Amino acid sequence: MKYAVRKLAMMLLTMLIVSFLAYLAFQIIPGDPTNKILGTEATEEQRQMLREQMGLNRPFLVRYGDWLIHFVQGDLGDSYSYSMPVGEMLAGKLPVTLLLALLAFLITTVVSIPLGIFSAGRGGWVDRVMTVLGQLTMAVPPFFIGIILTYCFGLVLQWFTPGQFVSFSQDPGACLTYLVFPAIAIALPRIAMTVKMLRSGILAELGKDYVRTAHSRGNDRSAILYRHVLRNALVPTVTFLAMTIADIVAGSVVIEQVFAIPGMGRLLFSSISNRDYPVVQAIIVLMAFWVVLVNFLADLINQRLDPRLRLQ
Amino acid sequence: MKERNGYLWVGITITCIMTILALVGLFWTPYDPSAMDSMQVYLPPSLAHLFGTDNFGRDVFSRAMKGLATTYVVSLGTVALGAGVGILVGALTGYFGGAVDRVLMRINDAVSAFPSILLALVIISLLDFGKYNVILALGVAFIPSYARVVRSEFARHRDMNYVIAARLMGAGHGRIMFSHILPNTRAVVVPALIIGINNAVLAESSLSYLGIGVRSPDVSLGYMLSESQNYMGSAPWYVLCTGGCIVLLILGLGLLGEGLQQKRR
Repeated sequence: MKYAVRKLAMMLLTMLIVSFLAYLAFQIIPGDPTNKILGTEATEEQRQMLREQMGLNRPFLVRYGDWLIHFVQGDLGDSYSYSMPVGEMLAGKLPVTLLLALLAFLITTVVSIPLGIFSAGRGGWVDRVMTVLGQLTMAVPPFFIGIILTYCFGLVLQWFTPGQFVSFSQDPGACLTYLVFPAIAIALPRIAMTVKMLRSGILAELGKDYVRTAHSRGNDRSAILYRHVLRNALVPTVTFLAMTIADIVAGSVVIEQVFAIPGMGRLLFSSISNRDYPVVQAIIVLMAFWVVLVNFLADLINQRLDPRLRLQ
Repeated sequence: MKERNGYLWVGITITCIMTILALVGLFWTPYDPSAMDSMQVYLPPSLAHLFGTDNFGRDVFSRAMKGLATTYVVSLGTVALGAGVGILVGALTGYFGGAVDRVLMRINDAVSAFPSILLALVIISLLDFGKYNVILALGVAFIPSYARVVRSEFARHRDMNYVIAARLMGAGHGRIMFSHILPNTRAVVVPALIIGINNAVLAESSLSYLGIGVRSPDVSLGYMLSESQNYMGSAPWYVLCTGGCIVLLILGLGLLGEGLQQKRR
């Protein structure tokens, strides 16, 4: 319990620093936001009024505090380009990205953990072929896998129509079919990395004294593997998978572009191109919070797997 | 043992080939990479055009060489910036420790909460697009990871006997840090540099693919890939050759980094 509380405090502190850094970064951008909203034709009085209205005249820390309080309450600010609340813009996009991330994460976990255990148990050519395949897969950028998948399954086999995203509420089946391909594109290199990590983790653990002891006491191989070794080998893997969840959301910017999926990543990208800073800022802070939160959860899971971590 | 060195040698071979292609590409390409020829559009690969031609009749091989060179320059610049500053910060905080160390590492943790591609996106959005801004954005995004690796190495070496001996002989802090400790961290730092280049290649091609990285007249592999995607049906070799170059580059560097890491053990 104490461990959890300490980690929670750490998480909140990190979130605070993260949000401060993000806010700071978007405050030192050259350029006056009133220019962007009113255009260059506006008079100085109009600008002054808008600044007053937006609270830009107040000291920096006050503005930061104010922004943070609103942010936590769900008011993410207003977009410059569309003059609508950022929250509303995100409402439709966030679920799409989360669904994609979830799918990619599921594929990664379901495939990589059995595969990692399997490949650790083999020696010889099976292992070697898998290692080489893994190294090859790791070298292919997700967006290139995405392009190849679009070509094979979209253009040639026509299992889905590239660029014609179907929303979940319209047709859940078609939506999932569409999302499976980008999810695979994200998952493939990740699977290769996770398998490699789990494999070397298991092999390292298998050489330890407690395994020999367990053997000498008459336990059979699979019991040792599943009850003792896996538990230890999973700790770094869980940390890595947490990083994967975080990276998937960040990487969705690219993959959503490949498959023309209207998610958060695409919104981020178009907002960057439009210099719509409130939207960019909100998405960046949300993504960073997401990363910190997932790491926190991974810490909790790891501490369940390996209670020794509590003492460190 | 034999299998382990295999990584290293295959990695070195691929990386050497790609590096030579890139180096040559800086100065000479078989055709002018931007010369259009309406008579020669969508030619499949042949001896005259190794990778075929694109929708404007430009030679894809020449463009790929040029793109490779750009990708290399950007990646090396990124790592030089990221590792340079990261090593300096890591060395100072790891060696001296204390309150500054704790505060900096906390900030470092916070910055690491932004995945590096995201951090680069933010910085790019604050600056502008183009080659040098990509180097700056990615370089800054890479600083925290180097700072952390180097810091833990310096903290580990700080109280070792050879360092104490050097101190007793009257060596200054700067001398101890950079001519005594730094060379001893190479087993960790060199693979980190290689993997950094690897990540930089991936990040650069992602940014350029999105159209917010390197932009014309510069060519980069990622940018070519986004172009080629539109002509996937009529010129599949364009996509495959361009993507293949990225894959080979990353594969070579990845194997090299892997080989170096395993050599250490």
